[in-house]
Amino acid sequence: MMLAAPVIAVALTLLVGAVLFTLLGHDGLGAIFEIFVKPLFNPYRWQDLLVKAAPLAIIAIGLAIGFRANVWNIGAEGQYILGGLAGTGVALATLDMTGSWILPLMLAAGILGGMAWATIPAALKTALGVNEILSSLMLNYVAIQILYYLMRGPWKDPMGFNFPQTAMFSSDQTLPMVVPGTLIHLGVPLAAAVALTAFLLMARTVTGFQMKVVGLAPKAAAFGGFGAASTVWIAMLVGGGLAGFAGILEAAGPFGQMVPQFPTGYGYTAIIVAFLGRLNPLGILLAALVLALTYVGGESAQTTIGLPSAATGVFQAMMLFFLLATDILVRYRLVSGRAAPLGAPASKSEAETAAGGKGKAVAA
Amino acid sequence: MFELSRRKLLAAGAAIGFAATSVAPAFAQDGKETVKAAFVYVGPVGDYGWTYAHDQARQCLEKNLGDKVETSYVENVAEGPDAERVIRQLAQDGNDIVFTTSFGFMNPTIKVAKQFPDVKFEHATGYTTGGNENMGLYNSKFYQGRAVLGTIAAKMSKSGKAGYVASFPIPEVVMGINAFQLAAQKVNPDFKTQVVWVNSWYDPAKEADATRALLSQGADVITQHTDSPAPLQAAEEAGAIAFGQAWNMESFAPNAHMTAIVDQWCPYYTGRVQALLDGTWEAENVWLGMKEGEVEMAPFNAKMPEDVKEAAQKIVDETKAGTYEVFTGPIKDQSGEVKVPEGEVVPEGDLLKMDWYVEGVQS
Amino acid sequence: MSLDLLVAILMTVAGAATPLLIAGLGELVVEKSGVLNLGVEGMMLIGAVTGFAVATSTGLPVLGALAAMGAAALAAAIFAVLVLTLMANQVATGLALTIFGTGVSALIGAPFVGITTPTLGPIFPEALTASPLLRLVFGHSPLVYFGLFLTFAVWWFLNRARAGLILRAVGESDTAAHAIGYPVLKVRYLAVLFGGAMAGLAGSYYSLVLTPMWAERLTAGRGWIAIALVVFASWKPGRMLAGAYLFGLVMTMELQAKAAGFNMFAPEVLAALPYVATIAVLAIISAAKRGGANAPACLGKSFRATA
Repeated sequence: MMLAAPVIAVALTLLVGAVLFTLLGHDGLGAIFEIFVKPLFNPYRWQDLLVKAAPLAIIAIGLAIGFRANVWNIGAEGQYILGGLAGTGVALATLDMTGSWILPLMLAAGILGGMAWATIPAALKTALGVNEILSSLMLNYVAIQILYYLMRGPWKDPMGFNFPQTAMFSSDQTLPMVVPGTLIHLGVPLAAAVALTAFLLMARTVTGFQMKVVGLAPKAAAFGGFGAASTVWIAMLVGGGLAGFAGILEAAGPFGQMVPQFPTGYGYTAIIVAFLGRLNPLGILLAALVLALTYVGGESAQTTIGLPSAATGVFQAMMLFFLLATDILVRYRLVSGRAAPLGAPASKSEAETAAGGKGKAVAA
Repeated sequence: MFELSRRKLLAAGAAIGFAATSVAPAFAQDGKETVKAAFVYVGPVGDYGWTYAHDQARQCLEKNLGDKVETSYVENVAEGPDAERVIRQLAQDGNDIVFTTSFGFMNPTIKVAKQFPDVKFEHATGYTTGGNENMGLYNSKFYQGRAVLGTIAAKMSKSGKAGYVASFPIPEVVMGINAFQLAAQKVNPDFKTQVVWVNSWYDPAKEADATRALLSQGADVITQHTDSPAPLQAAEEAGAIAFGQAWNMESFAPNAHMTAIVDQWCPYYTGRVQALLDGTWEAENVWLGMKEGEVEMAPFNAKMPEDVKEAAQKIVDETKAGTYEVFTGPIKDQSGEVKVPEGEVVPEGDLLKMDWYVEGVQS
Repeated sequence: MSLDLLVAILMTVAGAATPLLIAGLGELVVEKSGVLNLGVEGMMLIGAVTGFAVATSTGLPVLGALAAMGAAALAAAIFAVLVLTLMANQVATGLALTIFGTGVSALIGAPFVGITTPTLGPIFPEALTASPLLRLVFGHSPLVYFGLFLTFAVWWFLNRARAGLILRAVGESDTAAHAIGYPVLKVRYLAVLFGGAMAGLAGSYYSLVLTPMWAERLTAGRGWIAIALVVFASWKPGRMLAGAYLFGLVMTMELQAKAAGFNMFAPEVLAALPYVATIAVLAIISAAKRGGANAPACLGKSFRATA
């Protein structure tokens, strides 16, 4: 069932999508073929898929670790922006310098920038009990305004005809390509490395166990000595750090500069990717590729069969709807498995826990 | 250390380009039987503004050249890596020419143009091609239309104050504000233009509210450099006058809509594709205006007084004839200091990076 | 400040506040039942396009507003089935609903770009709006009055009606409510559908009153502001009214100040202000009443009857 649910979801999306778009007067089967099949047989599109999927995967992995522990960071968009900005700050300060130390410094700054932005909802949550869904969401809008301010004012390229954007980064500040002659930059293998590391950490370390057990059974976790506060901090800092990492990888990679159009909703899309990948780092890699496929294929479908771009959004939404709908297949099996050790809820707080625990569970 | 590898990569990228496009016989100077042209849009074709105008021109191009041209487009393309991917995909798919229609597509277009020397690229509103010989730049002198609007505004305004709903203070917008005010000042030396920045290209509700604020602060003419017809509707509601943006928006405000600056990209697109068919295409950096038919005024509203129509038409005719240039000195800046001496014309290069306002602009 | 100017400002404030108020009150009821629906923006867009399409096709804007409610409630039903019956994650489902609404509204709306519609304008006879003060009272779209009425109705429902008390109980502790015998899922279904209908109505306010036209993404992110306002209002209808009008006032005064030639702040500071204020309010109320203040205890969590 673990694997079946996403497969069923994608299959249902294809089926219903084909029927729906035929009814709407488009070429339904053609749309499916153009979006989901054709790009897979084109080596150029594979490069596009990898480049597009890398940041989504990195962000989603960070979020998934938090989601497993019931920490709902939906502020990845802002953390992504702040990560990009922190790295850009380093880049602008070192614009006239050379050296192979610059790029690693930028990447480190990116991680720290994302972490710093995630510190706010984490501190509010642990100190005051502020709901992190709401606080992290609000901070996304603040982050965008910080970006606008820096682009319009202090960081504007003095040689850029007064357009609000920074200077282009130097070659020492740009991600190298790992496969010569392609678009595959350093961020792509890094995404895979992040996924593998996260997978091993979650499976093999005490902290990984803590994140899972807190999500599955908070009461048991407390007995085990895992503090709720430390869980929130770990989840937010990992989520923020990885989102910031993705931000600077995008800025130093495909963008090669910072622009006001830097945020394109990756922080939100990554939430979808995290669920599509069943909160499992390796599943997320695959899910990021599937989502990248809907973008890349959707663009092809626009030129080849004139399918409007809005249709891509509808496809993505349907796929997520179906995935969330088939989630229950997994959860029922899981819930019955954990009913015994948890016991019947006795107190009010335990009852809530049981109700709230829900099956985000997903023991890998 | 990356310097070297990057250079190598560019060469390798170019090799991919050859591999991808050498399928189609593509030697520009020989001309072509048919041309495949693609367009990259920043917004939806249904925005009824900037992107809508480009797509109307695409359809017009198809009408003009019939089966000698085959067009396609990709809409809602985010500026940045997404744009680069789309442009590259279009080049790989065998398009002969790709038009990228937003400022933020400039750097992505430069990158892709380097890798596909046999494909032609045309970027709207940018300032550099990064040295690519297969990439052209084009833009329209919308400010010429702004001068017409300024003339009408000053002639018809009773309060002597116009409200300007503006998006972001980039040179294109600053230049438009100045052209509007300079033309209005020629009619009424005391004329003022009040700018409200809404910090968005498209936010109908905010554009409408900004219009209402300007009207309640004494402006009785509204003009805009944002994309939605909302300011026009708000002006119509209040009985003020206003102007359309990018396209004839008369249907939204039959009484308020005096005229509109119509982005007429069709002649340019037709000309460039025709040049490709003839084998005469060359990379150019052009900034075309009313004379070339790139900037048009929508028909004047029947309610406009005759003398206003005449004054407006005079600006149009003289601009077309090349005898009128709104950025002719003396021009004072906001502090009253003479920026451009008598008789001198602001060079195009300075207009394209303009970041100061003329006297009478309140921003 | 002249009376005319003052009235003009207040009219604009009411116009800017009303859709936020209506959508926010809908979301408030949803959240009070323990469900977090982040799909408000998507439902508003579906409402906006449906309202416009029906109004232009039939010539009856009232019918448009009703259809907007129906269509957005239908979209909310998808959400309800997923998160209530199938216990899907609410955050993810809400985001998916916004993506869905953005896409679907653009597809439906394609033929309606560039045309005009009959509007849902002032309802009282012109004689009643002759003077500025009368205009302030009688010169609004019916939806402005509806927003005020809805505030009272929601307050009354949550605090005085038995059904409202049940809804709050369900939001505070679904398992306890279930144990007493309240139909938890039924209550939440109805709340989500109501929230959808209100979001749809708010969306139609844009396409039929404020900016009577259809263009893609017409609501330009207002759904997210409505969600922020629910938090800002700490889940109280009266504060929701105050918050929506305060937001409208700040936005309007910002534009008024700019139109009068004052530019005191960097525009980015003002744009970020509502969100910073919301976080501050959230922190203050949480500090005052540890554990989420007035926030429904079950917000965002699924309920399984057998647990």
